[in-house]
Amino acid sequence: MLKTLQQIARTGMVTEALPPPADEMRVGEALEARILELLGRALCIRQVDAGSCNGCELEIHALGNPIYSLESAGIRFVASPRHADLLLVTGPVSRHMEVALRRTYDATPDPKLVVAVGDCGACGGIFGEGYASCGAVSNVIPVDVVVPGCPPAPTRILAGILAAISRSPAQLGSRTNPARHLPGDRHGMRVKALEP
Amino acid sequence: MSLARWMDRATHPQPAAGFAALEVKPGEWRELAQDVAAASGKLLALWGTNVAAQGDALRAVFVAPPRALLVTVALGDGTRRFPGIEDVFPSASRMQRAVFDLSGLRSTDPDTRPWLRHAAWPADAFPLSTDAMPPSPRSPLDDYAFVRVEGDGVHEIAVGPVHAGIIEPGHFRFSVVGEKVLRLEEHLGYVHKGIERRFTEMSILDGHRLAARVSGDSAVAFSWAYCEALERMSAIAVPGRGLMLRALALELERIGNHLGDLGALGNDGGFAFGLAQFSRLKELLLRAIEQALGQRYLFDFIKPGGAHRDLAAEGAATLGRCLDGIEAEARVLRGIYEEHTGLRDRFAGTGTVLPELAAWLGLVGLPARASGQPLDLRIDLPQPPYDALDVHRCVQHDGDVLARVNIRFDELVESLRLVRQILRTLPAGAHAVPARVPDTGSVGVGLVEGWRGPVVVGLEAGPDGAIGRCHPQDPSWHNWPALEHAVIGNIVPDFPLINKSFNLSYSGHDL
Repeated sequence: MLKTLQQIARTGMVTEALPPPADEMRVGEALEARILELLGRALCIRQVDAGSCNGCELEIHALGNPIYSLESAGIRFVASPRHADLLLVTGPVSRHMEVALRRTYDATPDPKLVVAVGDCGACGGIFGEGYASCGAVSNVIPVDVVVPGCPPAPTRILAGILAAISRSPAQLGSRTNPARHLPGDRHGMRVKALEP
Repeated sequence: MSLARWMDRATHPQPAAGFAALEVKPGEWRELAQDVAAASGKLLALWGTNVAAQGDALRAVFVAPPRALLVTVALGDGTRRFPGIEDVFPSASRMQRAVFDLSGLRSTDPDTRPWLRHAAWPADAFPLSTDAMPPSPRSPLDDYAFVRVEGDGVHEIAVGPVHAGIIEPGHFRFSVVGEKVLRLEEHLGYVHKGIERRFTEMSILDGHRLAARVSGDSAVAFSWAYCEALERMSAIAVPGRGLMLRALALELERIGNHLGDLGALGNDGGFAFGLAQFSRLKELLLRAIEQALGQRYLFDFIKPGGAHRDLAAEGAATLGRCLDGIEAEARVLRGIYEEHTGLRDRFAGTGTVLPELAAWLGLVGLPARASGQPLDLRIDLPQPPYDALDVHRCVQHDGDVLARVNIRFDELVESLRLVRQILRTLPAGAHAVPARVPDTGSVGVGLVEGWRGPVVVGLEAGPDGAIGRCHPQDPSWHNWPALEHAVIGNIVPDFPLINKSFNLSYSGHDL
């Protein structure tokens, strides 16, 4: 136990500031203020791998590490679409996942948002469309934000998620990084370099 | 009978140590498989193909150190049937079913259920031998015939394809009594996206990019195996610096995945501290890799002829410093994991695959080495630069979750040592030479020990610089069936932990 506490103390606070929302990634209509009020402060995400190579999933996992610390921004991954506000979908959508993706979408309560992640989610990527691939996520369900990249870096995915729940750049100024207000933050918002 | 008499008939078309090619008749196929098994060899890959002027053929890759064998079984009689070897190599069963789904060649295995085909295409169309695939039916869900367990109090739990975490899709059907698992049956194929047919639409000098995306967590292993096959076919010698940079990338991929898994295993064992610590170390590693080599994940780092880019001295220094830090922290964390009684309780004796079962099932790679099966291609069939790298073998014998955790700690330390050795001995010179299109009809195999286990790419050159056929085989094909055995008698809540301790690929398997 002592070693565990020492390691926690030695690691300190490593969480970085949130990136600004990437409005250029938004393809759907901006949300109404009324809905933003509902979603904006505590967002629940259901991730759906609809045919990905698992590369995007590695970067989505990284959002949970202490450096990006998604949860400290009030955003968390949930186990069921019935608990979710936003679907984070990677592609290309395989034909074998088409029904499962539609059902997941239908099971998500309104109002709901969809963020398509990765080049394959955006357009089918290197796999394209074929006998077993539907290609882009938007070929199967409506999409609000597209985050390109192969795979996109965690900050890009985060910027895409934030774009989905932001109405306009002007409004962004008021959004703060909750991590900034965590008690005991004496190390600042930076990653401490590793020392051998 | 022994393997030696087959070797007398083999040719050695590839200028590499340990590789041999052999053609056998359908009537000899089972005999050969039995002789390979008797010599403690393993089946690594199996696929259907169509050879110009000869028609249907089956190809297989066996490994029986100190050699690897590419076997071609010409099925020229037009019956499109071949003798099954599932009683000799159990993992062949699903591979044979996939050969039928994709190529239309049927084995004599009595299990004729589709494996990779669900409802996306009709049973009489074969993506690798039908030119124009019929349009997909409007998605009726298919009705897979799971094996039913009957008896007092037995009920089924169906999980997936969409799982509760950030995990690839697949379906698990548990038959349980109370919380005890009597039987698990896997149903995979959900992320089948037609990779092998897509390969045939690509130029052979571009295929490494698709290979890297067969299983994104093994991008280096697959793209290297692809390039190794291609370079053998076109007789290109990759310069020493390019080879060392590839080994650097492969070991960094292993380190990154092991760090991720060690954190996730701690988390699944109820110790969130482990996830926080190891995921932080992994992020620092990815950032150092990006600084040194330009990408967090090395998807397009390996290319035909060498490496996509060189490593500068500053980049090497950054990597070295980062890895020294990771090693020191990982040592502390290993101590914490070992002293944590709660974790020990979850890990020890959970999800056990004993060495005898592992040998029979043909387990490969990391889970095999946790069950006393020593095969490591970097040591037993070393391709350059591993012939000059002196890899230390890591083996555990208990075959439980704890053994698979310990193997990761051991291999993490060993890979860190190898990276240091690579950085110290990186030869000067070019990091790549120009690639060349191989002769039409030539065949090559690449074999790379990725972080999960042996990755195989079988490549056949088509006309005009196109890919005739490319078959990537992920080691998960051999290990998924073992997971069904590992959970028997365990409780349902331990399944996520056991599953994570194997961490098998869905995308790499489903293709």
